[in-house]
Amino acid sequence: MSATAKREPRQTGREFMSWKIWSLKKSVWVFHVNTGACNNCDIEIVNLLTPKFDIERFGMKLVGSPRHADALLVTGGVTAQAAPRLREVYRQTPKPCVVFAIGACGCGTGIFRSGYHIVGPVDKIIREIDPNAIIAYVPGCPPKPEAMISGVVKALSVL
Amino acid sequence: MIEALQNLFWILIFPGFVFTVALGLFASWIVRKVSALVQWRVGPPLFQPLYDIMKLMGKEILIPQDAQRTVFLAVPLVGLAGVLLLSTMLWRITIAQTAFVGDIIVAIYLMVLPSLALILGSSASASPHAAVGTSREMKLVMGYELPLVLAFIVVIIKTGGQLNLAEIAGYTPALSISGMLAFLTALLCVQAKLGFVPFDIAESETEVASGIIIEYSGALLAAWKLMHAMMLVALPMFLVMVFLGGFGTTLGWPLVAGIGKYVLVLVLLILIKNTNPRVRIDQAMKFFWFYCGIALVVAVILASIGNYYGISWL
Repeated sequence: MSATAKREPRQTGREFMSWKIWSLKKSVWVFHVNTGACNNCDIEIVNLLTPKFDIERFGMKLVGSPRHADALLVTGGVTAQAAPRLREVYRQTPKPCVVFAIGACGCGTGIFRSGYHIVGPVDKIIREIDPNAIIAYVPGCPPKPEAMISGVVKALSVL
Repeated sequence: MIEALQNLFWILIFPGFVFTVALGLFASWIVRKVSALVQWRVGPPLFQPLYDIMKLMGKEILIPQDAQRTVFLAVPLVGLAGVLLLSTMLWRITIAQTAFVGDIIVAIYLMVLPSLALILGSSASASPHAAVGTSREMKLVMGYELPLVLAFIVVIIKTGGQLNLAEIAGYTPALSISGMLAFLTALLCVQAKLGFVPFDIAESETEVASGIIIEYSGALLAAWKLMHAMMLVALPMFLVMVFLGGFGTTLGWPLVAGIGKYVLVLVLLILIKNTNPRVRIDQAMKFFWFYCGIALVVAVILASIGNYYGISWL
């Protein structure tokens, strides 16, 4: 149940961006991308909306379009079919945004590592088009909803 | 000069933009909080709608490559202006009694403007999901406009041919059989106008990925959200003025009663929202044209008979 967040240093506009970042932390709208996961992580993500965890307390909600999203929850080690779609979804998400690699497969392709159809973990695909992308990793198979919430909190604290 | 400044103050600050937006954001918090409580959740904090708007203002605006840029960028402001005008008009009539003959008709036209803006904006965004949303929204508008206008005709008959909102607000048509029928159908039409759940067909997140506003991001999406928040003020307010005897402005019990009526309408909308599944577009059309239509024809006949023979409860 650990979560780590990496971020490339960004020099420009830090002070000017402050109110934007502040309000972004208060209201994170997430879009859920499945890139070939076994559906287990997806069930745990939907679990976050249930009365037990209720992430709307923190202003987070699941939205239907990447254009409304501030965070992408990506599950699954990316398959060859899903990779171009993942890149497109990332391009269509208005910046600033955060990418979460959810689950063992998302963080490092998991047990599908040697599969012929796997083209790489989520961070590799995202960094191909945006080297400065903010990517957080929530490992687990599947990660507990508590772990996901903790991961989101940690990723937002480095913003 | 002074008068122009005063008009500007009315439109921008007091009954207009700032006041309506503040009230609307509070109302949309109530919607989310009550929905959460109904679902046995905790729900968002009080300033959540404000945080959402602030965040959207700070985000990047993406415009689809094939979109019709001018229309895509301009219509959120058109919708916003329509609701702003409606809300300012209703509050001015309530506070300063500046009504004019026929303002109920102007209000009906202003109420169509947000839906029209949504239809234009989504069809300009060149997205297949938005196209599905557009066609559904158009059918929905055609569906609910007929019963809505019929419901207002019932009120106009009940009040003896009044076309002036300040005069209409002096009556309470909902205290009669035909008026109650008209109020209930108008409530359902407002439900559809607000895009709340049994009639959120155009914006259904699980089928067409928030349909009509799918391509909007950043400040433009914030404009749509603000428009929706302001509609949450203006439309229940309009129902209160037309059916429930208006909104008292003198301090004390009339003001409390006015707020109570507004909250009653809002809570009814929220409860309908939370206890119903989404209907299909053909079911919605059938519901509005057949069931609401027949109920309202009965109401019009009852109201005419009551008016002719002077029976006020009919």
